[in-house]
Amino acid sequence: MNTVSVYTPTLSVSDRVKAVTAALVIGVALIYTTGFAASTNVHNAAHDTRHGLAFPCH
Amino acid sequence: MVTRVLTVSILAGLLAGLIVAALQHVTTTPLILKAETYEAALALKAPTLAAFDGDARIILAHGPAGDAPGHDHAEWKPQDGLQRTLFTSAVTIATAIGFAGLLLAGMIAAGDTIDQRSALVWGACGFIALGLAPAMGLAPELPGAASAALEQRQLWWLATVVATALGLFLFLRFEQPWLKLAAVVLILLPHVIGAPHPAAPESKVPAEVAAHFASLSLGIQAALWLATAFMVGVLWPWASRRAAKA
Repeated sequence: MNTVSVYTPTLSVSDRVKAVTAALVIGVALIYTTGFAASTNVHNAAHDTRHGLAFPCH
Repeated sequence: MVTRVLTVSILAGLLAGLIVAALQHVTTTPLILKAETYEAALALKAPTLAAFDGDARIILAHGPAGDAPGHDHAEWKPQDGLQRTLFTSAVTIATAIGFAGLLLAGMIAAGDTIDQRSALVWGACGFIALGLAPAMGLAPELPGAASAALEQRQLWWLATVVATALGLFLFLRFEQPWLKLAAVVLILLPHVIGAPHPAAPESKVPAEVAAHFASLSLGIQAALWLATAFMVGVLWPWASRRAAKA
């Protein structure tokens, strides 16, 4: 396995805050839409994935 | 670094999502389609089975096979076959990109080195927090199963995910015994409170099929987490090397 360190701790705090915020926004927005959005069309499109990945559905 | 987060999330989610979409196509989706035949049969007999006491609800997401008077058929849904498979695959890929985003958010916030090994550990924890822990209260369901109100279940799901994720982090990252104890309490708390359940079971899907589906869907979610984490662990160092060269 590749365990070579590539993370650069010299990154400024604000860079990290921005990166974490961007990653969180992607994660929460996509998981909300695919797993939770109440819109009937979104529900119907996402139906089999919601069931298949054990999200609360219906 | 924001660009790197976007690139790695999208690529890792795309690759892992494609693999798991193929797995879903031959594992969970056939069982969902099978359950829908029972759901449709139940819908035709629904009036004689309407024995709820207020908490239990059957929501027939796909409508009955026959025409129900007054039912609105204008509602869009993907057509069975290729279109439905494509939508399911696209949604699975989007979910994988979301998982990759959450993994990167956690690992960058914690200041961890992102490689295959560490990403897989985070991925396993992601599965415990978003998959296993909520499923212990709200078992994965096939269409047609009776369940409590959706909003209550989603709320319990979310609270359980946050409590489990926080609990795992506290337990794994802090040495103080009282914090480890607090972490265990936090992980157990949602289960002590209990998930919202229907008053009476209603599903006509055979228990064997439902049980098979429950274990399969957890396995598929585990596969999605681990595949996504592995891709993140491979792609992040690659994207970082590219960024260092540029």
